Amino acid sequence: MNVRTKFLIGSGIIVVTLISLAYVGFTQSKTYYHTITELSTLQGASLHQRMRVSGNVRNGTIQHLPGRVDFVLTEQGKDMMVSYVGRDPLPDTFKDGAQALVEGRMMPDNRFVAEQVQAKCASKYEAAPNQTPATAQPGQTSSGSAARPSGS
Amino acid sequence: MDIWGSFALLLALVAAVYAVVAGIAGIITRRTLLTKSARNAGMAVGVLVTLAVGALEYFFFTNNFSMAYVAEHSNRALPPFYKFAALWAGQEGSLLFWSWLLSIYAFLVLFVNRNKHPELMPYVGVVLAGVQTFFLTLNNFVASPFSVMAGGDAAGVMHVAKLAEGHGLNPLLQYPEMVIHPPMLYLGYTGFTVPFAFALAALLGRYPGEKWIHITRRWTMIAWCFQSVGILLGAHWAYAVLGWGGYWAWDPVENASLLPWITGTAFLHSVMMQEKRGMLKVWNIWLVFTTFMLCILGTLLTRSGVVSSVHAFAQSSIGDWFVGFLALTFIVCFWAYWKNRDYLRSDNQLDSLVSRESSFLFNNLILLAACFAVLWGTLFPVLSEWVSGSKISVGPPFFNKVNIPIALFLLLLTGIGPLLAWRKTSFDALRRNFAWPLGGGVLAGIIAFVFGFRDIYSLICLILGVFVTLTIFSEFFRGARVIAARDGTNLISAVGELTMRNTRRYGGYVVHFGMVLIFIGIAGVPFNRDIQSELSPGQSLKIGPYTILCQNFDQLANGNYESERATLEVFRNGKSEMMLYPERRFFLASQVTETMVAIQTSPLRDLYVVYAGRSPESNKPVIHAYLNPLVKWIWFGGLVVVLGTGLALFPNRRAALVLRPATEQSWSDAVTASASRMGAVTQKADAND
Repeated sequence: MNVRTKFLIGSGIIVVTLISLAYVGFTQSKTYYHTITELSTLQGASLHQRMRVSGNVRNGTIQHLPGRVDFVLTEQGKDMMVSYVGRDPLPDTFKDGAQALVEGRMMPDNRFVAEQVQAKCASKYEAAPNQTPATAQPGQTSSGSAARPSGS
Repeated sequence: MDIWGSFALLLALVAAVYAVVAGIAGIITRRTLLTKSARNAGMAVGVLVTLAVGALEYFFFTNNFSMAYVAEHSNRALPPFYKFAALWAGQEGSLLFWSWLLSIYAFLVLFVNRNKHPELMPYVGVVLAGVQTFFLTLNNFVASPFSVMAGGDAAGVMHVAKLAEGHGLNPLLQYPEMVIHPPMLYLGYTGFTVPFAFALAALLGRYPGEKWIHITRRWTMIAWCFQSVGILLGAHWAYAVLGWGGYWAWDPVENASLLPWITGTAFLHSVMMQEKRGMLKVWNIWLVFTTFMLCILGTLLTRSGVVSSVHAFAQSSIGDWFVGFLALTFIVCFWAYWKNRDYLRSDNQLDSLVSRESSFLFNNLILLAACFAVLWGTLFPVLSEWVSGSKISVGPPFFNKVNIPIALFLLLLTGIGPLLAWRKTSFDALRRNFAWPLGGGVLAGIIAFVFGFRDIYSLICLILGVFVTLTIFSEFFRGARVIAARDGTNLISAVGELTMRNTRRYGGYVVHFGMVLIFIGIAGVPFNRDIQSELSPGQSLKIGPYTILCQNFDQLANGNYESERATLEVFRNGKSEMMLYPERRFFLASQVTETMVAIQTSPLRDLYVVYAGRSPESNKPVIHAYLNPLVKWIWFGGLVVVLGTGLALFPNRRAALVLRPATEQSWSDAVTASASRMGAVTQKADAND
């Protein structure tokens, strides 16, 4: 066996290992991104996947309950009930009318249980549609987030 | 007065276009006068962009809130330090900053080489000016930092408006690191343009030999070093400022900065194959092309929100320009490659699997795999939406699963590679070089295991870290021993002498050692602990060996922000050890609240305390405490990397003439031996790395 073949075999083993690792990591952490409008069209398994949904917090719907915070996200006239169950305090930017991105799962009773909430103050956003101060610099994507990945 | 900034910027674009056109004309007609004038135009771009940057800074310092960019990113009470940094706080300024750094690099390249390489430099000038033309077009027509605030009056006539007060700088950027981090990263991004320009120029001009690699080696290392520092400062900023207890989240913008660093690292290694053995020519050319394109992609990801839009909320049209430029770059690169591919034929073949060549090949393969995985994971939301219509993002588990094994394999190669001989290494040499270091590493692993160290990846990282460190130290020791014995000096000064004789090799070892320190720091992650608890004055929480007692909360205010601060006393074994003051600041100009983390750092562990806000239920303050082991090693490792790169930039000191031949031809001894031999024969001591 010549050196070239040996090298190719070695490389092949490495590549195959990495691809399988990538596949496992991918299935563990893939998160769908849906709009509220799309949610109503989802069916079966795809409805219960881990997903991210964004929308505006409907005015006056934020309720602080023991162990969770309930609110309604709205987008293009469609509403979604959300229960935030994460243990971190909600970001300061999370208030009535704010743009929020929630991550979690849809429950059978059509309530979205969120483990993470990120929010951006709506007024600031509308004032400068082309400016995203929070994304302006490397290393940060949103101005406030209730739960950040840890241990990475 | 207000107009000269934008005027300089427009002139800069004109000069850049002229440098491209006249440069190409000069190459075709072979007229030195044209070539010279193209070069002068290229240098003028640097001066003009510097003037434009000066103008924008002048507006910041004079609080000229009729300028939209100044009004958006500054306010009167902003400290001068941050007024300076506000230059790169937003889209327009960042792009101007990019152009500026690039034009400084271009100026230096053209100036330093003004009387050298007459066959190559005209091409380099054209490529540099071409890249500048793109960025200056953006600066002038797409994202001008010099737009003025305007409003219509009753008759519909537009007038320049002037705000009384600016919106203020994003509070997240109001940290000293944010003044240094973006320039470092941008110096990295823009710096890779230089090796790119030389590679493309050498290909287009069919410039003989590997000379372009020799010319650009230092430039590449400088860009790489800036990029490394930029990434680490960004991580440190995320750690010290964002208050989530970590420093790396595989965020698209972070990944964007990592991608060119990975390919740049691969390039720095694989060029040695071309220099020493004339192999991998096609590979190297494409590596440097890819690195440049990843720099552009990184800027695209950072600036456009294409990917970040999954969790951030804005898109901008600037993305299309970058995509277009990327496509154009690829077409030009591919065309240049296809036209001149015969010029890149390899001189040698791989001789053995256990050789320096193959360790470089594996190093490159694995780095490219890491790059591909990170790129794929970062772009997956875009790709999946494109292919299947549903936007899917992947999280840290994906990146960690793939990249941790890759990183550990790289660490192993860091130890093995430099000690393997070119072409083929004998089993004896392997045993002689690796027996002790490997034994040391395994011993360290066993000791750690006995002491309850169970995380498999961290354990492997520790073993490999010790192994690599020992190989590096033994290299220094063996080389220095030879010099010390011959010159009769002590071992310490012999180490200095050894390093200066072959700065590239021994500087490289120092960089490797810095990487080991960084790896050890990262290996501390599985042992992180955190606890979150409501804490009223008088209450306490326990984390690890520490007890944190809340003493009180107080309020402070200045012109820039109002803050709420917790006073915490930290006890260890019943003894009061320190006070920590985590803070929440409400910035008045931007109406945003930010957290100020209190960190007590030591080589062994960081105690990291965040005042997380008030509990939604009880309205009591919530304190989140983290205990992060070994984090400091990462920042210290970064310093060592910088030191090593600095060493490798020094020219080699010439070896003294020695007539007595070296007796033992072990690999490391051969360094000094062959260096002196070559010194005797050719008066050139740049051997054996």
